Amino acid sequence: MVYDVTVDGVRRRLELEGADGHWTCRLDGQYIFVDAILTRPDVLSLLIDGRSFEIKREQTATDLHLWVGSRRFAVELHDPRSLRSRRDGAGDEHGPRKLVAPMPGKVVRVLVEENSQVETGQGIVVVEAMKMQNEIKSPKKGVVQKILAVQGTNVNSGDVLAIVE
Amino acid sequence: MFKKVLIANRGEIAVRVIRACREMGIASVAVYSDVDRASLHVRKADEAYPIGPAPATESYLRIDKILDVARCSGAEAIHPGYGFLSENSKFARACATAGIKFIGPSPASMELMGSKTRARQEMEKAGVPFVPGTSRGLQSQEEAAEIAESIGYPVMLKAAAGGGGKGMRMVRAREDLRSALEAAQSEAQRSFGDDEVYIEKAIINPRHIEMQVLADEHGNTVWLGERECSVQRRHQKVLEEAPSAIVDADMRRRMGEVAVKVAQAARYANAGTVEFLVDQQMNFYFLEMNTRLQVEHPVTELITGLDLVHLQIRIANGEELPFAQDEVTIRGHAIECRIYAEDPDNNYFPSPGKITLLLAPSGPGIRRDSGMYEGWTVPLDYDPLLAKLIGYGTSREQAMMRLQRALYEYFVAGIKTNISLFRRILQDPDFHAARVDTGYLDRLLGQQSKTDVDHDSGQTIAAIAAGLFTMLQPISTAGRPGHQTPAVASNWKQKGRTEAMH
Repeated sequence: MVYDVTVDGVRRRLELEGADGHWTCRLDGQYIFVDAILTRPDVLSLLIDGRSFEIKREQTATDLHLWVGSRRFAVELHDPRSLRSRRDGAGDEHGPRKLVAPMPGKVVRVLVEENSQVETGQGIVVVEAMKMQNEIKSPKKGVVQKILAVQGTNVNSGDVLAIVE
Repeated sequence: MFKKVLIANRGEIAVRVIRACREMGIASVAVYSDVDRASLHVRKADEAYPIGPAPATESYLRIDKILDVARCSGAEAIHPGYGFLSENSKFARACATAGIKFIGPSPASMELMGSKTRARQEMEKAGVPFVPGTSRGLQSQEEAAEIAESIGYPVMLKAAAGGGGKGMRMVRAREDLRSALEAAQSEAQRSFGDDEVYIEKAIINPRHIEMQVLADEHGNTVWLGERECSVQRRHQKVLEEAPSAIVDADMRRRMGEVAVKVAQAARYANAGTVEFLVDQQMNFYFLEMNTRLQVEHPVTELITGLDLVHLQIRIANGEELPFAQDEVTIRGHAIECRIYAEDPDNNYFPSPGKITLLLAPSGPGIRRDSGMYEGWTVPLDYDPLLAKLIGYGTSREQAMMRLQRALYEYFVAGIKTNISLFRRILQDPDFHAARVDTGYLDRLLGQQSKTDVDHDSGQTIAAIAAGLFTMLQPISTAGRPGHQTPAVASNWKQKGRTEAMH
């Protein structure tokens, strides 16, 4: 398999080939031999030249994180042969962006109206959880196309609160 | 001994008390709100009954409902844990009226300690050391100016009914006193419906050190050593240790004797904690008494070898303390980390949600009091405390090393926790040198955190692992931009994720 992997913003080319837990990885042209087993869902044990690594995978509504020891890395993975991934991977700065709830909570206030102009980082909706209020901010500069959040209702992590175009 | 005890609480403390009951052969009764049906304390108890909707005012704070459950289930005593009704004298009184033993002090002791000025007047009579100042409300601007002059600036104005920093003002110079007093009084009136304000010398960068006491109902009172609680964020304790690195045997004995005096003056029974402020010259001053079991009680348990919850239950059962003061020995060192559901990268905002992966530490010198489990959804309605991780060692150094090791093993996914904060504190040279006061953590968080040295090799490993995960355990990515996996995920997972997006 061939992947384009982006780790903390750095894009790399990864080729993987193997069987029975033994893998030959070619990362940006460099060969690395890896012994890998999935010890339980979302926990991978890697042995590389005798060095042992425990990798944990965490998928949230918006991100994929891998933890190497106690260090966290933001990861994106693309199959370069997939058309869909090429389309999805293209910068999202153009076109509509969804504003999602990063945590479950209650919508206590909606700060802007539909069709209003907003700046990057401007507060759009206030969500309360565990007695704390959290302002959910616009991911881009643009126009608020739609507001789906309704004051007084509960939202789940990953729910779309608004769309900014 | 009681045959059945009701636990009027939730989370890790309810689990802690239920465990003590099981150890003592006592049946336990849990209560739970609608969102806590799946909570750990419900699973661990022998019986469990619903008490209402999620908001605490409609469930865990409902005295009538809790007493109904106690009556119907035949519980003879109620352990209130901490928070909720634990320091509510009305609840303690209602228990007594219902013929159910409240595991804690008498309502009268709770009421005395509930009013700061009343407590101060009583404690002054008993000869307890206070921060210099008044023990009654200020009558006039002139009186305030006179007292401030005699104790010296800076001074602190505090609301008698206060708490949580409300109605509190620091005054650095004479010319600021008038406006500060007016502001404190009106804030106290607004917040507590009582504008009584008193004045104290301000202690700059104090330590917060507290003394555990235990009293039976036959007049025996002992102290069990201090806890250093200076590591705080926004007046919220984050990490506690026992003993304090700056308290020697002589100071410990003096603090302990004062704490016993405080408890006796309040005719106190059961477990309690006397809080002190300690200034840079090691003078200690009485602050207040907490009339309940503290969150951080495990550090005292580890260094004394005592089980405070067992003892609380025995005391409530009318037994005498099974040991005398000179039989209490302090051995080793313990440090507790409060694991909260909050996001260190986002200003410590609360982070409720589903725990998708939980790897818990164990091994030598590690105690974990937890209310969470993998697959559980942390409700958004309550305090964000998830668990307490406590390290014990023969020395402070060993306790720190063990905790660091355990924090390295601890992993929680799906929600954000403050575990990384403790890694940072435990690597900090000032913490190692025990140079902590109540301003310590804010100063540490104000500094840029050091970046890891082996970041690059970590990136390489992460890149390889990303590909291997995809090959070995494909996940569904429906609706998530910028990510594509070649293999098929299970249908329900796919469905769940798709639904979550709409």
